[in-house]
Amino acid sequence: MKAVLYASNLIIPLMFLLILGYGYWKKVAMYDSFIEGAKDGMSTVAGILPTLVGLMVAVGILRASGALDLISNFIAPLTTRLGYPKEAVPLTFMRLVSSSASTGLLLDLFKKYGPDSYIGRFVSIMMSCTETVFYTMSVYFMSVKITKTKYTLTGALLANLVGIVAALFITNLIYGPA
Amino acid sequence: MLNYLWGGMIIVGLIVGAINGRLMEITNAAIDSSKEAVTLCVTMLGIMSMWTGLMKIAEKSGLIDMLSGKLAPVLRYLFPDIPRDHTAFKHISTNFIANILGLGWAATPAGLKAMEELQSLNPSKDAASKSMCMFMIINMSSLQLVTMNILAYRAQYNSANPSEIIAPGIITTILSTIAGVMFCKIAERRSWE
Repeated sequence: MKAVLYASNLIIPLMFLLILGYGYWKKVAMYDSFIEGAKDGMSTVAGILPTLVGLMVAVGILRASGALDLISNFIAPLTTRLGYPKEAVPLTFMRLVSSSASTGLLLDLFKKYGPDSYIGRFVSIMMSCTETVFYTMSVYFMSVKITKTKYTLTGALLANLVGIVAALFITNLIYGPA
Repeated sequence: MLNYLWGGMIIVGLIVGAINGRLMEITNAAIDSSKEAVTLCVTMLGIMSMWTGLMKIAEKSGLIDMLSGKLAPVLRYLFPDIPRDHTAFKHISTNFIANILGLGWAATPAGLKAMEELQSLNPSKDAASKSMCMFMIINMSSLQLVTMNILAYRAQYNSANPSEIIAPGIITTILSTIAGVMFCKIAERRSWE
């Protein structure tokens, strides 16, 4: 399993090498392009700051009130039987609904347990392989006025469930059970 | 939806907090969290700018277009109902590649255009076609290979190795997408309503 960790650390350097190598070959003004793109990134991040403030405050209040622990403990008898970490339950459901609200919950877990804890690693991987199903579906189908979505929701939820189970499995495999 | 969700989260927090007698903690949490959002954004400014800068080079050199072209045979298998050389393919591949590279802002416009093209091919105008179901399910199965924002969050909270989750993330992303495609191919054959 060391190989997986090693591969992780190779991916970003490899992407640099590939993109710069290709750019060199195609004679692109690379530094200028980089600066131009970096500016886009800055405005994107600046644009999400208000959302982050709003949602981190909401999650912070929810955490401080004890409501998040209440939900986790309520669901705990079921999740422990399934081997699912109860702390990740609110995040798992929120993930399917809203990307920014789930980011708020993710950051809360990082703050409380640390990104290198079992929970921290599991939710990092889980967030990487799941998507905001309900939000995406409503935006895309509404744009073309489709009302009968047939098996789309079932398929999307199944794909996300497979992702969640795989994330749990791989976390246990690499880092050992909690 | 977020309007209700956001308000609901705060109101539930206030009620539960009042019952638990933790109103002082709530006040502190509200103040600390808003400060934290700003520090987090400062970290993200650096990491995301680095990434979007790199991606701009990939875009200008034609690497992204080249990769989209490589998707063509895969797309013909996934969407047998779309006529060869139809523009829908172009938008679908742009959407997939942008999603794979984590370029959300490029993915959504291309995705909406793809839906428009698929709708023009759709015999019934209010029910999703097979191609639409396939496109949406793949889109929602998560395609992003390197989740730069998760890396940025991990870095912000002092992870010893923020990028250690990249390879596990890629493996699980591939598995969820395969599951979505398999489900779709089976559902198509059974003419699921």
